[in-house]
Amino acid sequence: MIFHPLGKYILLLKSVFRKPEKWNIYRKEIFKETSYIGIGSIGIISIISIFLGAVTTVQTAFQLVSDLIPKSVIGSIVRDSSILELSPTISAIVLAGKVGSSVASQIGTMRVTEQIDALEIMGINSPGFLILPKIIGAVVTIPLLVIISISLCIFGGYLAGTLSGAVTTQDFILGLTSDFIPFTFTVSMVKSVIFAFIITTVSAYQGFYTEGGSLEVGISSTRAVVISCISILFADYVIAQLLL
Amino acid sequence: MIEAKDIHKTFSENYVLRGISAKFMEGKCNLIIGGSGSGKTTLLKCMVGLHEPEQGSVIYDGRDFTRMNFDARIEIRKEIGMLFQSSALFDSMTVEENIMFPLNMFTNQKTKEKRERANFCLNRVNLEGKNNLYPAELSGGMKKRVGIARAISMQPKYLFVDEPNSGLDPKTAIVIDELIQELTDEFNTTTVVVTHDMNSVMGIGDNIIFLHQGEKWWEGSNKEIAHSDNKELNEFVFASKFMEAAKEKL
Repeated sequence: MIFHPLGKYILLLKSVFRKPEKWNIYRKEIFKETSYIGIGSIGIISIISIFLGAVTTVQTAFQLVSDLIPKSVIGSIVRDSSILELSPTISAIVLAGKVGSSVASQIGTMRVTEQIDALEIMGINSPGFLILPKIIGAVVTIPLLVIISISLCIFGGYLAGTLSGAVTTQDFILGLTSDFIPFTFTVSMVKSVIFAFIITTVSAYQGFYTEGGSLEVGISSTRAVVISCISILFADYVIAQLLL
Repeated sequence: MIEAKDIHKTFSENYVLRGISAKFMEGKCNLIIGGSGSGKTTLLKCMVGLHEPEQGSVIYDGRDFTRMNFDARIEIRKEIGMLFQSSALFDSMTVEENIMFPLNMFTNQKTKEKRERANFCLNRVNLEGKNNLYPAELSGGMKKRVGIARAISMQPKYLFVDEPNSGLDPKTAIVIDELIQELTDEFNTTTVVVTHDMNSVMGIGDNIIFLHQGEKWWEGSNKEIAHSDNKELNEFVFASKFMEAAKEKL
């Protein structure tokens, strides 16, 4: 049951990576997508990141009941959980909702209104023209959004910790700077690139094979978000298992 | 000339086309007519490669389109223009950008030349000055005309038109029919029109193919259609009392 859609997905990807007809047209599309995915998502990513950091700090402080554990641990936990899990994974799930549903409904609407057929009649490789710029846009911008998210997550944690009195500035910074393993950042970037690829390709696949009318476009869009989220969580586990 | 040879097509075990063979004449308006579900649009989509037939072939001036790979098909597709039932204009582009899109993709013309070509096509469909409007700002008839302008922007040898009059008032439908006929004569294109509009059949049908239940049941011109003794064709063409009355005069 899963093999048929998986095969179609792989064949679609093969068409996506066919040589573009004209690079300068694709370049314009890539800039457009980069702007939409990147700049268009900074607001929501910033808000969720600050709150994620704040909640992590408050909940970690709540669990630190023993006097034997230094308060600086809060800084270390906020840093590592932001880099390794919260920023890449939660950002990706939020982006699956925002970007993924938009990609699926955009391509799905083009499918049901025969715009994709029109591209194909003209001799244009429609998967390449419609999906490749979105993949490149997402793979470039989502890691940058994750870097912003990590910074804001830590900042949010710092604010919540110091304002509530759960941790002092000195302790938080001490925790933040001690025992840092740079490889965790590499893992975070690997995750963000793979998640970006999953969000755009899964959503584009759902949109590209939409059949019917506006109701089916909505169904494709919902399915794109659900499958993207599950795929992200599955990939998250696999990456963690392989790299850590 | 375009030739369809023994085209078979099924969808989920439903036979839609059962071995259709037909020749579509060069420089003429070839009409595919038939009732709903007779396989007209499926035949058209098989001919342009939007559907792959299970059996049979489509030959464009001696070139077997169905046996070609993706790259070889592109060369033929550059010679094809198509007007879709829904017009299929790109929503995010203006009228001018829609018409210039194939030129941007496949030619190395300068922007000025492309704009001149877009203006020529717009003038040809009587839509001069509408360059900067978006499809959402156009009426149904205007969308069809922009669709035609986009279809002819690359000077196609073959023009495919799917239900050009659907959703249009009779007056606008006649304007679109006349435009298709004029463009066919002017550019000597091989035009294939799918329709069930009887005005189109009588007005522009140089060569008519009648499909019934996925098979070709009749072929001839609009002059011959009134005198055909094909029962299914007569039931289809003269279904309305108005057409039946008109038949007496033909």
